[in-house]
Amino acid sequence: MRDKATTSGLRRRDLVAGSAVLALTLVAPRAARARPTLEEAIRTFTGGADVKTGRVQLAVPPLVENGNAVGLSVKVESPMSETDHVRRIALFNEKNPQADVAVFHIGPRTGRAEVATRIRLATSQTVAAIAEMSDGSFWSHRADVIVTLAACVEDLL
Amino acid sequence: MTGRAPRLLVGLLAACLAGSSAPAGDMVDKRSGADFMSPENRAMQADDMSNPGMFAVLDGEQLWNRPEGANGRSCAGCHGEAATSMRGVAARYPAFDERSERPIDLAGRIGECRRTRQEASPLPHESPELIALTAYVAHQSRGMPISPPQDERLAPFRDNGRRLYERRIGQLDLSCASCHDARSGERLGGSVMPQGHPTAYPLYRLEWQAVGSLQRRLRNCMIGVRAEAFAFGAPEIVELELYLMERAAGLPLETPGVRP
Amino acid sequence: MTRALINAPKTARRGEIVEIRAMLAHPMETGFRTGTMGKAIPRDIINRFVCTWNGEEIFSADLFPAIAANPYLAFTAVATESGTIAFAWTGDDGETRTAETEITVT
Ligand code: HEC
Ligand code: HEC
Repeated sequence: MRDKATTSGLRRRDLVAGSAVLALTLVAPRAARARPTLEEAIRTFTGGADVKTGRVQLAVPPLVENGNAVGLSVKVESPMSETDHVRRIALFNEKNPQADVAVFHIGPRTGRAEVATRIRLATSQTVAAIAEMSDGSFWSHRADVIVTLAACVEDLL
Repeated sequence: MTGRAPRLLVGLLAACLAGSSAPAGDMVDKRSGADFMSPENRAMQADDMSNPGMFAVLDGEQLWNRPEGANGRSCAGCHGEAATSMRGVAARYPAFDERSERPIDLAGRIGECRRTRQEASPLPHESPELIALTAYVAHQSRGMPISPPQDERLAPFRDNGRRLYERRIGQLDLSCASCHDARSGERLGGSVMPQGHPTAYPLYRLEWQAVGSLQRRLRNCMIGVRAEAFAFGAPEIVELELYLMERAAGLPLETPGVRP
Repeated sequence: MTRALINAPKTARRGEIVEIRAMLAHPMETGFRTGTMGKAIPRDIINRFVCTWNGEEIFSADLFPAIAANPYLAFTAVATESGTIAFAWTGDDGETRTAETEITVT
């Protein structure tokens, strides 16, 4: 009913849970390793092109109860025609161990430039959505999210 | 945040809860933990297509129909359609178990059927299979009010559950009541204190990134106050479940819930 | 076997923009967590998602560990013709999980 990898993965996690932590865990053993800053990550995506503010609307709750699943949506103003559309929408974060979140590839066939997903946020930070248009221009919107601590987690013994 | 966050929180708990005395007694305004969640998390639970707990329910449906054990019977082979035979069952568990002469919770009851009727290997506590079957059976009662059985034989166990609920425990010296009766609705370093009603189990907890049982949730609360948690399946933890269901009587079941 | 929840309309008018939602059961193990004894849990995520309409790609996504467990994606598509909307999730394990749904366009 489920693939083997998933079953054993879940089982191990649950066993682990009995004795040790499964607290929020994006901050980690290798967190010391440098990650690109939010700006650097965006620059890599745009190839150094100018990023204008506007046309993009990133909707994410300002305060979340748990950073393990934060629902967000992105809407970009665009006719989504053959000649004038959004090609890609990328999401980046400021403080997770890795800056990338997702890159969505869309076009005239999607009809609208609208996507929604759930992301992980290790701590309170800024999230950025960048849209690449068919004319090569880049547009962005940022939002700050406060991530609160979960109470009563399975702590280390 | 591994390890560090909980410790910070403990400091905070100690500071904001020290000395609070817990008035026992009936709740005026009984509310599900779902009412204390953000609109986003409520929406995640409300829509079956976005509720990850539904995966456990769907897995449970497959297991329900799968022949198991020496007996080669599936749950469906004896119980037929779960939508009819299991409707309302979760709303009246834990129930009295004749064999052990003790209360048994829904997962325990399912484990018994698997062991004695299917003659199959027992499913460990919190195993994905047991969680899935329990979620599937409990889901058949979604929307029905919690209706503890009027069974005199349960009374002493429920009383003990209440004692455990009111007893101060752990390094923080807090009882369940100190938080869930005296402080419900208040913010505690971000999360809002719910009344502690077990209306939606097994449920998907974002913190776990998985579906888990009420026992797992109760163990988290005990570990949270730096107390030694009851083992999965321990008599005390079932008595606590029994009391919590009595305390939550009348609230509709929500399985599978979503909680932060 | 794929464990996925798909939400797409069964029927649509030609040219209508329909909403599609897909959620896959998957832990999206980040590779940044430690288990018992401080041992690192290896990364195991779905890194690529593709949605096709009668074989033509209409939407795809590159995913990273910051996508939540049980990856959930909602997007839109222009209903062009009746047929199959197919979904494919590829993981670090190299495996591709698939699901599909039929739509009638009038
Ligand atoms: C320090 C305060 C505190 C104590 C003491 C405490 N809890 Fe909790 N409990 C919480 C918080 C906070 C939550 C909600 C967690 C969250 O949303 O992150 C919770 C959640 C719960 C839930 C889940 C409710 C739901 O909606 O699913 C139950 C049941 C519960 N507690 C029962 C207990 C029991 C039984 C005890 C005693 C053994 C106990 N708690 C002790 C703070 C506490
Ligand atoms: C060989 C027949 C048989 C099989 C197979 C079987 N059961 Fe049962 N089950 C029974 C009988 C008989 C009872 C009622 C008597 C009792 O309490 O043992 C019962 C009782 C129950 C109850 C309690 C119902 C109530 O009203 O309190 C639940 C829940 C349950 N079974 C679930 C399951 C599940 C889940 C499976 C599959 C894992 C299963 N059963 C497999 C025969 C079976």
